[in-house]
Amino acid sequence: MDFGLSEEQRLLKDSIERLLADRYDFEARKQFMQSAEGWSRELWQQYAGLGLLGLPFEEKHGGFGGGPVEIMIVMEAFGRALALEPFVATVLLGGGLLRRAGSDAQKAAVLPKVAGGDLLLAFAHAERQSRYDLGDVLTAAKRDGAGYVLEGAKSLVLHGDSAHQLVVSARVSGSRKDREGIGLFLVDAKAEGISRRGYRTNDGQRAAEIAFEGVKVGADAALGEPGRAFPVIERVVHETIAALAAEAVGAMTAMHEMTVDYLRTRKQFGVPIGSFQVLQHKAVDMLVAIEQARSIMFYGTMMAEEPDAETRRKALSAVKAQIGRSGHTVGQIGTQLTGGIGVTMEYKGGHYFKRLAMIDTMFGDADHHLAALARMGGLAET
Amino acid sequence: MDLRFTPEEIAFREEVRTFIQTNLPEDIRRKMVEGRRLVKDDFVRWQRILNKQGWAVPHWPQEWGGTGWTPIQQYLFLEECQKAPAPDPVPFGTQMVGPVIIAFGNEAQKKRFLPRIANIDDFWCQGFSEPGAGSDLASLKTAAKRAGDHYVVNGQKTWTTYAQYADWIFCLVRTDPAAKKQEGISFLLIDMKTPGITVRPIQTIDGGHEVNETFFDDVKVPVENRIGEENKGWHYAKFLLSNERTGIARVGISKERIRRVKELASIELDGDRPLIEDERFRVKVASVEVELKSLEMLQLRVVAARRKGDNKPDPASSILKIKGSEIQQAITELALQVVGPYALPYDPDDDPLRNEPPIGPDWANPIAPAYFNMRKVSIYGGSNEIQKNIIAKAVLGL
Ligand SMILES: Cc1cc2nc3c(=O)[nH]c(=O)nc-3n(C[C@H](O)[C@H](O)[C@H](O)COP(=O)(O)OP(=O)(O)OC[C@H]3O[C@@H](n4cnc5c(N)ncnc54)[C@H](O)[C@@H]3O)c2cc1C
Repeated sequence: MDFGLSEEQRLLKDSIERLLADRYDFEARKQFMQSAEGWSRELWQQYAGLGLLGLPFEEKHGGFGGGPVEIMIVMEAFGRALALEPFVATVLLGGGLLRRAGSDAQKAAVLPKVAGGDLLLAFAHAERQSRYDLGDVLTAAKRDGAGYVLEGAKSLVLHGDSAHQLVVSARVSGSRKDREGIGLFLVDAKAEGISRRGYRTNDGQRAAEIAFEGVKVGADAALGEPGRAFPVIERVVHETIAALAAEAVGAMTAMHEMTVDYLRTRKQFGVPIGSFQVLQHKAVDMLVAIEQARSIMFYGTMMAEEPDAETRRKALSAVKAQIGRSGHTVGQIGTQLTGGIGVTMEYKGGHYFKRLAMIDTMFGDADHHLAALARMGGLAET
Repeated sequence: MDLRFTPEEIAFREEVRTFIQTNLPEDIRRKMVEGRRLVKDDFVRWQRILNKQGWAVPHWPQEWGGTGWTPIQQYLFLEECQKAPAPDPVPFGTQMVGPVIIAFGNEAQKKRFLPRIANIDDFWCQGFSEPGAGSDLASLKTAAKRAGDHYVVNGQKTWTTYAQYADWIFCLVRTDPAAKKQEGISFLLIDMKTPGITVRPIQTIDGGHEVNETFFDDVKVPVENRIGEENKGWHYAKFLLSNERTGIARVGISKERIRRVKELASIELDGDRPLIEDERFRVKVASVEVELKSLEMLQLRVVAARRKGDNKPDPASSILKIKGSEIQQAITELALQVVGPYALPYDPDDDPLRNEPPIGPDWANPIAPAYFNMRKVSIYGGSNEIQKNIIAKAVLGL
């Protein structure tokens, strides 16, 4: 067993960390957030230059054949920087679905452009009623000659406002919560019948509500066999959960550093407040929560590519539950220890707190995943 | 021991409840139920309705507008207001500076300020904290130098809640830099329109604007606006901080917020059934309700003790603050769980030009911001750590 990084992985880590340290301080981030798209095109091109945007893709598609460890490295760095760019939406979700479900032709047409930074994707999946159930899909794909017509509404589509193409889940058969009968379709985001309403999210990122009214797509828009998409959706979401765990760990670690720094430098009653033992212990509670999170992050990274769906499902539920809990603990204590400044927009700490809270509500919160894990009989020892 | 309310108290509660039901403006009530931000006009309208009824300042002496109610009646009144839910009175006037003026102000100050506080003709804010003086309030530096019949004030206050609305600010200022830190402080009332005062907004993490920095640059304050004696300000401030014993726990508000969480959890479906039918979620709600009931009984113990005329500062008020804030925060966390994925959109609805439909359920948008914002309740008014220090020292003798 070896938790160490290879030479290439270390290089990857150094280069992304250096780029973000140089270009992604809190002020820069604020400006990116206030720009029209809500993130930085320029940084996006830099990520492309470093090979991050094709990281998980095969070399023949402009990628680097990276695995979960490489994704973990990048996401942890993004978590530290509170990066706003649509990496999860484009590379992990959209790119992941193409990579896992697309034909060679589809991959060859799309992935090189993604890797080059020229094409943005989003995964239009959640719906108003679906909450955390990945199989709950009402949007319909009705047969129309050789192709399909999409009808329905998607909600909370991460970075759905800037995406060029959408991977849309839609039902070709069955009823609302059937896991059978879901298809995936690659659709131009500007296709006729699509309307999008973009908005900012509580953690400063972007998302969109997207309506599909009589959107016609050809047979070649389907990724994989329509009706059989659920396993691949679940798999890509699992990979994304593992990645979000790393992002959360990056955010927690950075928030902890800021908090400890505040304890060292903030003086009240004539001494640094870090000399009060009760605050020392709270800072240690944060560290304990972070180490638990970091440890389960490694477990998530290890299990992200587990082929057996049931085993993987249990593992990633465990990961998401721990990350959610640790995230709240770290966010709440960090905010408390930094006093008034901790609850202001002008202090970065609060932005970590918010991102951590939002990560918990993505793809199921801690309680949801604990219940799911319990229903599956818990984490059986292997 | 008889822990029931008397028939008279129950009748009183009915009277109060009916009055509030009839007179609380519906738009304000809705904002309160939905957890949306209140603006100055909301506070002012409700306060004036109460003042017309003679109920704006129940706890004040009758000659200045008090009702002469027993502590239990005052408690019942507050509880009914909070459960309605009506806005809590803005504390800075009626709960903070008002009682200080009553206890330590001179006749002229009483006549000048008290009626205007009761009717909120003057909106007050509190200038205690400074960038370098938070938990360690006595280390404050804002200086007031005597120059004939006025003081010249220089320095900075921060976290000044509602300074943007305020007509007046009450401040702790240093009048004797040579004295021991608690002994060189005076308590000044300052007109916010005085030249030299600048207010800069601070945005809180939920995107709201409730706090500010307040700068004083050669601000002239007439000596007649000093409360009591020079250099005795710390004594008045301590009175102010320990004065508010009921209400601090916000029991009524928490009851209303739990009712709301249960209501939302019975609307929001998880799969095919309402979230409230999820046993685990119900247990979480029940567990907060048990804590809240205990807190309510503690509050009643404090109120009842006061009836017997025991007016010593009570460490129970620190417990009320700690537990009350923890419960308020726990409830925002339950609400966050109910709203689930729709915590994500930042969808402020206080833009008057907005005419787009809400994203997701129409009750969703205030919930995540409230979760973020309510972290403040364990920080301000003496943080929970400071409250525990007080208990450790005053009760445990450690
Ligand atoms: C939303 C909001 C509104 C406010 N409104 C007002 C207002 O209207 N007027 C006003 O004057 N002030 C106001 N305040 C200020 C508030 O009272 C201070 O924030 C509070 O006193 C804490 O001070 P600080 O922020 O400087 O934190 P610090 O004092 O720096 O505290 C940081 C952390 O250290 C802990 N700590 C400090 N000392 C000790 C100790 N001895 N032992 C253990 N732990 C300790 C604290 O509990 C906290 O967790 C407001 C604050 C907020 C957040």
